[in-house]
Amino acid sequence: MEKTEQVQYNRAGQRIVSPDYLLFEAPREKYFMTGSEVVKEAVKRASVDASVSYPITPQSEAAHLIGELWVEGYVGVYFRGESEFGVMSEVAGCSMAGARTVTTTSGPGTLRAMENFPMWAGSRLPIQLILMARGVNAPLTIQPDNLEMAFLLDTGCMIWHAETAQELFDMILAGFVVAEQPDVHVPIITSIDGFFISHTREAVMLPPDDIALPPYDPYRSPMVPLDMEMSPGRFLRDPFVMKSNYVSYATHTSWQFEVRAAIERAKPYAKHYLRGLIEEFGDPEAEIAFVASGTAAAQAKEATLMLLHEEGVKARVVRLKTIRPFPTKELIEALRGAKYVFVPEFNVIGWLEREVRRALYGNLDVPVIGSPRVAGGMTMPPEIIVKEVLQFLGKEVKHVV
Amino acid sequence: MSQPKRRRINVRIPAIGGQGAVTAAHIMATAADHAGYYAVSNPFFGAEKRMAPAESYVRIGVDPIYDRGEVVYPDVIMVFHSQVITMGKSYTMPFYSGIKKDGLIIINTEEDLLTERDHEYLGSINVKILNFPATKFAMEIAGTELATNMAMLGAFFGATQIIGMDSIEEGIKARFLKKFVASGGTQSLDSAIERKFKKKLELIEKNINTAKSAYEVAQEWARDNGMEVWLPKPQEVARV
Repeated sequence: MEKTEQVQYNRAGQRIVSPDYLLFEAPREKYFMTGSEVVKEAVKRASVDASVSYPITPQSEAAHLIGELWVEGYVGVYFRGESEFGVMSEVAGCSMAGARTVTTTSGPGTLRAMENFPMWAGSRLPIQLILMARGVNAPLTIQPDNLEMAFLLDTGCMIWHAETAQELFDMILAGFVVAEQPDVHVPIITSIDGFFISHTREAVMLPPDDIALPPYDPYRSPMVPLDMEMSPGRFLRDPFVMKSNYVSYATHTSWQFEVRAAIERAKPYAKHYLRGLIEEFGDPEAEIAFVASGTAAAQAKEATLMLLHEEGVKARVVRLKTIRPFPTKELIEALRGAKYVFVPEFNVIGWLEREVRRALYGNLDVPVIGSPRVAGGMTMPPEIIVKEVLQFLGKEVKHVV
Repeated sequence: MSQPKRRRINVRIPAIGGQGAVTAAHIMATAADHAGYYAVSNPFFGAEKRMAPAESYVRIGVDPIYDRGEVVYPDVIMVFHSQVITMGKSYTMPFYSGIKKDGLIIINTEEDLLTERDHEYLGSINVKILNFPATKFAMEIAGTELATNMAMLGAFFGATQIIGMDSIEEGIKARFLKKFVASGGTQSLDSAIERKFKKKLELIEKNINTAKSAYEVAQEWARDNGMEVWLPKPQEVARV
């Protein structure tokens, strides 16, 4: 019997292809663009139903470009919210109604919307937030600083951290696919360090724009589908809020554990679609190791090359692609043989250093050095990382001009 | 000719708002990318305004580029406006802070703006200085000072000799022919420039001519000063 394959198209007239085809198999062409422009290209290929925006530097352009996609017919619904709090509430409504939903924000916007993130997670809404991190504290900075990511770590959302515009493109597409798995079904925050990616122009490889992800199927949600018979209020109100008894406490508690377990269950999917939860760079035998994510990892890679070529010192980088779920097993495995673990970061508190210490405690006995660390928009030249390492090793620092 | 040792050029472009330093960085990176190099460009991360300090950065190399953000230790500094030096309209003080040895400074000026001490220090680390009247060039060839950035980027490629005019033309065309949104402000500025020039193609032609003349002048200067090509050709370098 001859089998006929039905070709399906989304609302924009793009041919529906499998996530594996879109991410790994489709031919790609080189473009030269910014991280903000790359957000548009990813959302364009993601069969997105709804997006709500609110401007704040440095994500305004990405939000604006998603609006252009709506004009061009690629996004079903798009409007500007009243504030970030409004936006994050409104995208929750869109998601509860069964829409694939994406939004973007930065810094103070993230904090203003904060109440909504644990609500998204508890309601098991696979919303994607593209986070372009920037400084949040006074004295005011609008510049790169990823402190806000620390505040999001325990909201029950997945958190991924892209290093380049290319990775942001791929993560946005993979993010929907992983977040919408029935046994995962939690929000996904795809983060970048604002400006370092959003405003930097670089080469990216993109698949054609006449193909797109399969649309979101809300009936694959592990939650009761919300429709005319099942209103959001019925799910949110009855069991949890109104009944102060042990059953409701137990329900709440077990549900919170379940949300965290769901994030852990994302690991095999994330591993597949991101080609691993971590990336190892440099000499795998080197005693000096950097553990980093996002732009700090990029700077550490540059420093690793500088250490080797200019100082003859071997080093390596273990780059974390996912922060939630945290790749504990992979990290411990990758750090075997390391004598010093440096954690360079773009925030004042060193949240990744804390995470790394927690993961290694009782598993791997190696000194963790939370350095170098910059904040408030400061850049982290590889020369400074090299200097820090050489000083720590008690070697002569000669190469910085 | 021996293979140049340098494998990367990090460029810092101190300018003042409105001169098109971000556009120049974008075109430089696009042109270098077209020629087969790895290239990345970015603006200074902040709020710029007309006549206030503005800065952009370009990294060009034969190996993948991971480094991001402001260029703190540049190989090349391109000063777009004399006020960067004379009025301290610069994010760094002095404007050449961090410059690496054997570097290059291109200054848009008709006269020497540096002090004796500046010359002494820069000479001691073998930094070459090209005083280049880019705005004068722009006025003469394009008929507008708005093409100053084209003259400056032409001078950069002429002095470093890493790519030919064909790639520079591609970079300029890619910037002005394709749809491009840097910000609402830039977009409206673009349309204002376009109205002024009446036709887009005319604008591109004038820009290319400006860049080309500057390229030739700087190339001659580089030869006179015994400067070698700054980077190996991308195709001569085995990809890692």
